[in-house]
Amino acid sequence: MKHILYIMLCFPLVLFSQKKITGTILEANENNKSLALAGANVYWLDTSIGAVTDMDGKFSLPYEANYKKLIVSYVGFKTDTITVNSAKAIKHWLRPTSDLDAVTLTSRKQATSKSYMQSQNVFTVSSGELLKAACCNLAESFETNPSIDVNFADAVSGTRQIKMLGLTSPYILIATENIPSIRGASQAFGLSFIPGTWVESIQITKGAGSVVNGYESIAGQINTELVKPTTDNKLFVNLFGNVAGRFELNTHLNTKVSNKWSTGLYLHGNAHNQRHDVNHDNFLDMPLYSQINLMNRWQYTNLEKGWVSFINLKVLNDEKQMGELDFDPETDKLTENAWGSEIDTKRYEISSKLGYVNPEIPYQSIGVQTAFSHHVQDSYFGLNQYDITHNSLYANAIYNSIISDSRHKVKTGVSYTYDHYDEMVNLEDYGRTEHSVGAFFEYNFDNLDKLNVTAGLRVDHHNLLGNFVTPRVHARYTPWEKSAIRASFGRGKRSANIFTENQQMFATSRSINILNTGGNIYGLDPEIAWNYGVSYLQGFNLFGRKADVTFDYYKTDFKNQVVVDYENPQDISFYNLEGKSYANSFQAELNYNPFNLFDLRLAYKFYDVKTDYKSGKLEKPLVPKNRFFANASYETVAKGINNAHWKFDATFNWVSQQRFSSTASNPFQYQLPEYSPTIGTLNAQVTHVFSPKFEVYLGGENITNVRQDQPILGADDPFGANFDSTFVYGPIFGSNYYMGLRFKII
Amino acid sequence: MKKLLIIAILLTTTLSFSQNKNERATIEVDGVCAMCKARIEKGAIRTKGVKSAVWSVKTHELSLIYDARKTNLDSIKSSVLAVGHDTMGLKATDEAYASLHPCCRYRDIDVIDDHKDDQDDNNNE
Repeated sequence: MKHILYIMLCFPLVLFSQKKITGTILEANENNKSLALAGANVYWLDTSIGAVTDMDGKFSLPYEANYKKLIVSYVGFKTDTITVNSAKAIKHWLRPTSDLDAVTLTSRKQATSKSYMQSQNVFTVSSGELLKAACCNLAESFETNPSIDVNFADAVSGTRQIKMLGLTSPYILIATENIPSIRGASQAFGLSFIPGTWVESIQITKGAGSVVNGYESIAGQINTELVKPTTDNKLFVNLFGNVAGRFELNTHLNTKVSNKWSTGLYLHGNAHNQRHDVNHDNFLDMPLYSQINLMNRWQYTNLEKGWVSFINLKVLNDEKQMGELDFDPETDKLTENAWGSEIDTKRYEISSKLGYVNPEIPYQSIGVQTAFSHHVQDSYFGLNQYDITHNSLYANAIYNSIISDSRHKVKTGVSYTYDHYDEMVNLEDYGRTEHSVGAFFEYNFDNLDKLNVTAGLRVDHHNLLGNFVTPRVHARYTPWEKSAIRASFGRGKRSANIFTENQQMFATSRSINILNTGGNIYGLDPEIAWNYGVSYLQGFNLFGRKADVTFDYYKTDFKNQVVVDYENPQDISFYNLEGKSYANSFQAELNYNPFNLFDLRLAYKFYDVKTDYKSGKLEKPLVPKNRFFANASYETVAKGINNAHWKFDATFNWVSQQRFSSTASNPFQYQLPEYSPTIGTLNAQVTHVFSPKFEVYLGGENITNVRQDQPILGADDPFGANFDSTFVYGPIFGSNYYMGLRFKII
Repeated sequence: MKKLLIIAILLTTTLSFSQNKNERATIEVDGVCAMCKARIEKGAIRTKGVKSAVWSVKTHELSLIYDARKTNLDSIKSSVLAVGHDTMGLKATDEAYASLHPCCRYRDIDVIDDHKDDQDDNNNE
């Protein structure tokens, strides 16, 4: 009986835990005096539980864990909603409504931001930066960014290729929401399969990068965050057209399905059907193409329990036709009637992310990412046929926690990849399967002050690359204010997909030679490289305005490389590196804000990229030694209730001469000089924002109308021995103007 | 005897609660800006046993997770006081307060006024 008494005694304790929340409501004022607001209404959202503040502005309300939103309102003041996660005392300042206009004038966010804090040399490109060059997909998104170089891969396909630290995109790990996405069969055209409007932000890491996303990155990592159903506009429509006849349509639809589920449907379509030949070589200057690209995202958020999840479905169909003007695929495909080429790509992708953050212990979290993609490319180039099917599976599980306190963070996990290739080059079968399983551990120390170090290690077992260890270390040190000195080193290893990465070689009359037979991948050995880098960032004030300057130097040293040798104009040869191959890059960049709403970015780059070819040590073809970059952007002050304003952007790029691979053994009329001329191009864009809902933009690409006159060697005889479309150093089509609009319902 | 047992059980439960190695607490700490945030968090986390310390510029609340076997709220508070920030009615020494950057002198009304738009907790750069 007494027991019951004791149990009864316990009850009051339980009752006490049905808590009350107390707080004070104050009036926000110029001098921050404590002016109590008496008579303000305070109540829980969607309940009838409320109170009115007393003479001292104090209130008291019953609290339950499921009450999250506390509404505070008072006539003449802005109504506020306070998110309450526990029964802590609340002190809240209400702003008089007359104050509101002043509040909307907030500081402007930089479109591209560099971190002074992180150990890695990362910069984030926001969607604002992407709007500076409004066209059109991820491949074209780097035009205003000096760290990434964009150039054409060849003279027929119009494909843009990106380079970082002087190395082509296969050496960059390109991920979508941290899932490696542009690799294998999608390497050549994958960037054009991510429409620009889908991109929320891009993070560019120079140097080795983190071990979490795999062992493949060598020059750096590019991660693209896509728009999310909960944060993207409810409705977004973008129309784009240019004078050359390219049209694009993007629509986004986002809805909240339930308390926890949201979904978004994103549709992209583009088409180009006009034939252009401004250089009169009888070849299309840009391909005819059409693309339909559809994505459906599901987002699950449960912050109380700490779960977040994304499920993505993507479907793509892309068709390109290029070659001679009068080429008709119906009658001329794979004949010598006319030279032509078609590339048809179909791809679908399913990916999911599941994240759990312990709500009690926010530094502990678990993330699981899985992705499956099926990619089919059927193509022919003149008489060359190239078909590839790539099925890929990726899974990665990451656990985040701390050791002793939050200055010591650790990430650890396991990953698995599976890639199956069915690859046919003419009639030769190069099919293969690759799979790997690995474990990684990354430790980060941040003394919250001057030093931040990240050290990571991963161990992988790969059926063709063997067992190997990938170490990567990044450090940041801040010796004085507004500065960051960084250093990094790391190792990368990858299997080169020689055909898909060098597809431009099919649009030549060169014969393809693989000179090694002992290796596991096309007879070749895996590529292994070490990357070392240092950088120095310094922020300062110049004439009272913000500025920063960055210097960085990176060195990539190949232990083995699959050398792509174009030095004999009749051949393209692939062989294992014998000797040395390196890429050194230096970059100096200045960002300056000379007056309000005007930003200036200047950059100079120097590249020294050399490889020991069979014919001797040579500069890598078509990599200019010197580059100069300038970008200026200006916004007018927003006016009126709609915040209407103008935005102006201009980007100038200059590159020095580029080496052509040797054509010395060709007949005289098919010989090229040793170096290309220098090239300078100018792009500009004007945007008029009518309101937050509607804006129109007008722009010009290559305004000064610079172009390479004869981009295709042997265009007069495409089935002859000297046909070659790979000697591209500059724009093929001259100036081009475009217009577009964006409409959104927020 | 049974009473004793029950009392003992009740006591041990309370004791083991106070021995929580992931004890959570929120204390109010005075400050004005992102620089204060960095200083307060650094001061707190350098106390042995503190695992996580996040201060909000907006609410002036310092959310703590600490190992209650190794430290307690009083020693965390004294670490915060030592870097010059008042907390829960306790005043930092004049020397500690004087060491603050002039823009962080949160006891000064003009300084508070200058920072009244600093409400962005994510601005830690």
